[in-house]
Amino acid sequence: MNIQGENKTQNRIFALLPLWVVIGIFMIGPLLVMAVVSLMESNVYGGVHFKFSLSGYRQILFDTNLFDEIEFNPAYLIIIARSFMLALAATFLSLLIGFPAAYFISRQSNKVKNILIFLVTIPFWTNLLIRTFAWIIILGKGGVIESSFYFFGLLDEESSLNLMYTNSAILIGLVYSYLPLMVLPIYASMEKMDLRLLEAATDLYSNRIELIRKIILPLSMPGIIGGSILVFVPCLGAFIAPDLLGGGKKLLLGSLIQFQFSYARNWPFGAAMAMFLLALVILVLIFNARLNRKHREYANQK
Amino acid sequence: MQTKNKKTKFRYVWNFPGFGGWTAIFFGFLYIPIFILVCYSFNSSKFAMIWTGFSFRWYAKLFSNDDIQAATINSFIVAFAAAPLATIIATFSALALVRGGEFRFREFSSGLITLPLMVPEIVTAVATLIFFASLGINLGLINVIIAHTVFCIPFAFMPIKAALEAMDPNLELAARDLYSDKTSTFKTITLPLLTPGILSGFMLAFVISIDDFIITLMVAGGGATTLPVYIYSMVKMGVSPEVNAVSSLMLAFSIFIVTLYWFFNRKINN
Repeated sequence: MNIQGENKTQNRIFALLPLWVVIGIFMIGPLLVMAVVSLMESNVYGGVHFKFSLSGYRQILFDTNLFDEIEFNPAYLIIIARSFMLALAATFLSLLIGFPAAYFISRQSNKVKNILIFLVTIPFWTNLLIRTFAWIIILGKGGVIESSFYFFGLLDEESSLNLMYTNSAILIGLVYSYLPLMVLPIYASMEKMDLRLLEAATDLYSNRIELIRKIILPLSMPGIIGGSILVFVPCLGAFIAPDLLGGGKKLLLGSLIQFQFSYARNWPFGAAMAMFLLALVILVLIFNARLNRKHREYANQK
Repeated sequence: MQTKNKKTKFRYVWNFPGFGGWTAIFFGFLYIPIFILVCYSFNSSKFAMIWTGFSFRWYAKLFSNDDIQAATINSFIVAFAAAPLATIIATFSALALVRGGEFRFREFSSGLITLPLMVPEIVTAVATLIFFASLGINLGLINVIIAHTVFCIPFAFMPIKAALEAMDPNLELAARDLYSDKTSTFKTITLPLLTPGILSGFMLAFVISIDDFIITLMVAGGGATTLPVYIYSMVKMGVSPEVNAVSSLMLAFSIFIVTLYWFFNRKINN
């Protein structure tokens, strides 16, 4: 018995060893090295000078001016604020667009439901870069929207609507990128909903708005929260939408970090920004876990 | 008569006016941009945005573009190396986590699997870049394969875990009762029953690897360019109809694999 028990432990460890090694070395390892680099000094050649320094983090808020004085620099704070606002707006818009769609899909027959949900998931499995690039064809100079404006004579051929390289263009790109991630969890929680509740409420003279507000919305809350997190987190660190549709002019956190490693070559600052983003995401996930636990406790009490 | 009335009333309760139309708009929003992209890939004009006529000219041109071909080959090499590696690791992990009962490293191990999904992609990308650069590991495509294996693991894991959980453990116990030893039980019962799940995991990992852009962009050095990275550099130089053609092919490929996966899974569930 004892020997078998030991054997089992050994088997488990052997089975999990590849996972521990690969994720441990190539996922946790890089995060640790990045944390170390964020605490180093950058050297003038774009490399890392191995000396402890908080300059990477200080640079998020302060700048050194010509006279070697430390000055408050709001430029990066503005980028962080813009990332936050756009991620929030994208989450809200996705919820607005996705909620009725998720409800409608959840009320279809099994066969139709499966096909529709499959259609929702397809964009998730296709290339995000290409899907964002499609919006350049639509929004760009002489693109689909401008061409149709020219065609109907709503705009003279010389002028442009200047749809690209704006916050709105980035917002459209973000919503388009992550909308399926909002619909799937909401759909999952709506599918389990007891429809008799809606009948009962109607029998008790509830109108449609009350049905949504008092029954559908509270019962699909776990899905709404889950979906919002799934949209908000990748939007916060998005790179493709701000890069292609913001044209590198409107930087967000994600594109700012990438910029530090491609052109600016300031690794400690880039690493510090990445650590900051990671910390934000961890906070959001902790908040989510707490909310989930509360929901479960509440459900258990009933 | 009365029951009929009741029935129409129930429908009335569940269905909200306008939600159907809203859902149609929702799907339009998801698919019209893709549709436009594919349409424009058949445009004969040299200017990507102006429609002049139908033509296969840009698809034909892809076959004479050596850079695109090299990038495509790289993409397939990476996916055919990373997806099987991730699938093997995911299979062993799923066996230990689903069949291993309660043990000390359980929570820790499931946490490790979901870690690549939790960390924002851009953070993983720059962290891996710093890691390889500071250790001086510069093995071209192998760097890319390692990075892809890591983030493919959770995608390979999900369907394998689901398949294992759906499997009846009594089948294995029955085989053991009939004097089959552990190895042959695994070979003749567990593995064949798990194969559809493993294949599903492989397909998802493959699609995720083929489509990855941000991590590859940061990790791949010169000569290790994959197709999405190449498409990015083309887009940055300006929208050309050739990009539309190669993008349409990539979309078609991903949709094909995922559709295959879907039909495959439906068969298992039936």
